[in-house]
Amino acid sequence: MTSASPRVAPAEPRPFDVQRIREEFPILRSRVHGKPLVYLDSAATAQKPRAVIEAMERFYLEDNANVHRGVHALSERATEAYEGARAKVARFLGAADPREIVFVRGTTEALNLVAWTFGRMRVGPGDEVLITEMEHHSNIVPWQMLCQEKGARLVAAPVDDAGELRLDELERRIGPRTRLLAVAHVSNALGTVNPVKRIAEMAHARGVPVLVDGAQGVPHLPVDVRDLGCDFYAFSGHKLYGPTGIGVLWGRAEHLEAMPPWQGGGDMILSVSFEKTTYNRIPWKFEAGTPDMAGAVGLGAAIDWLSAIDRPGAIAHEQALLAHATEALGRIPGLRLVGTARHKAGVVSFLLGDVHPHDIGTVLDREGIAIRTGHHCAQPLMERLGVPATARASLGLYNTGEEIEALVRGLGRVREIFK
Amino acid sequence: MSSELDDLYQEVILDHGRHPRNFGKLEGATAEAEGLNPLCGDHYKLYVKLEGGRLTGLAFEGSGCAISKASASLMTSALRGKTVAEAEETFRRFHAMVAEGDKSKAQDLGKLAVLEGVCDFPTRVKCASLIWHALHAAIGGAKAPVSTE
Repeated sequence: MTSASPRVAPAEPRPFDVQRIREEFPILRSRVHGKPLVYLDSAATAQKPRAVIEAMERFYLEDNANVHRGVHALSERATEAYEGARAKVARFLGAADPREIVFVRGTTEALNLVAWTFGRMRVGPGDEVLITEMEHHSNIVPWQMLCQEKGARLVAAPVDDAGELRLDELERRIGPRTRLLAVAHVSNALGTVNPVKRIAEMAHARGVPVLVDGAQGVPHLPVDVRDLGCDFYAFSGHKLYGPTGIGVLWGRAEHLEAMPPWQGGGDMILSVSFEKTTYNRIPWKFEAGTPDMAGAVGLGAAIDWLSAIDRPGAIAHEQALLAHATEALGRIPGLRLVGTARHKAGVVSFLLGDVHPHDIGTVLDREGIAIRTGHHCAQPLMERLGVPATARASLGLYNTGEEIEALVRGLGRVREIFK
Repeated sequence: MSSELDDLYQEVILDHGRHPRNFGKLEGATAEAEGLNPLCGDHYKLYVKLEGGRLTGLAFEGSGCAISKASASLMTSALRGKTVAEAEETFRRFHAMVAEGDKSKAQDLGKLAVLEGVCDFPTRVKCASLIWHALHAAIGGAKAPVSTE
């Protein structure tokens, strides 16, 4: 075994130093339209440290073979690398057992998996699935499809004008017909952090299981699924400095055991005959077909990398950047922050006068600044807040105060052009 | 400021974006179509009045970025009185100018030529073309909203 051996994180990582961190992200040295890249779109996808890129390259150069089936040395190494990545994810999330970690393509696939297995099993005519107004489309549409199929009702708990979830209203909507509550850990459009631990307690008091969409949670917050007390937690590798194409569904073993398989195929079975197929144990029951092995290795490398840095220092750095951005943008005449929840992470959404966000994005792009503009796959939330779109700057642990100042200067340009 | 941005956001475009002409419902419209850009949320409704194969009235309403709104404002002004065939020929030239960067087309396009700078911004070509696709749908009688995706 070579590359699959787990790297041991140093007992005491060096204190967080953003300049040293930046050196590990080759793409951050790029220039865009002749200007240094200022990447403020990590909520869409995060950039990757060299350690992740190299781990994937090494897997293909040294270990590549199919998992769970070969008698040969390479297959054994590939299996060890793949299952090793699963164990790393389990530790990272505080899961009780690696068997509770199902590899999927991303958060969207994880949510669909739960809808089409757990959801189909639990939700019937007249039942309700409870979500919130701030959900990403991927935490709306699978439930809507399920409810349509089953003759059930999709109920959305409201948010207030600051973009905070109305907990009292949420609680009122947990009723006798509620079969599942699905909620974002952190809003991708506004950055609002939801108190999912409290929400899980509320729901469990009424016997309702809770799924947490953690796509924007894991990159910004320490997550311990057992402490949160939820039933399912989903996230994507590519927002956590890992590769695209790999994501994770964590589910309590008793749920996963009770759920029917999702996709049929190789690897998810123990034996097949034309009369009867015996399904594999969890988690492999949910992993039909050859999985994204290099993706899992890359995600494992991202987790190793995050574990080796001063993560509390990184989180504090991001929080300081968010405060800096909120304060600096708030001073720009005509700028309106959208989403001013008390507890936020990683996102500043805003409007500037009557300038359409798309035009803001184009001007900033010419300054080398990458932001996202639009509805952020959260149209019902935009509708609720009465805005067609916003401009969104989102942070990664590699961003700097100078980059926030570059954004402020870029917005000055926007004001010059649209004076 | 980069000169490409200057070319894109010319005074005329900013003016049409802020104070769009022919903005609102059109009384007596004979056809209408929606234009939708799901990526950035641009959403317009276009009304046309066709009489004897000629566009005697055009108007639009909705919301979107400066480019899409200016394009709609300029188009609804430029095509009044044109035949359907003339409108379609104008669209072909306009498309060649913004999408293919064929600046030779600009000289025949009158005021629409101010959108020439869009060709340097590939992500914005859809914004400039959106209302034209809606026109195409309105003339062709499409039922579903047209989308740039």
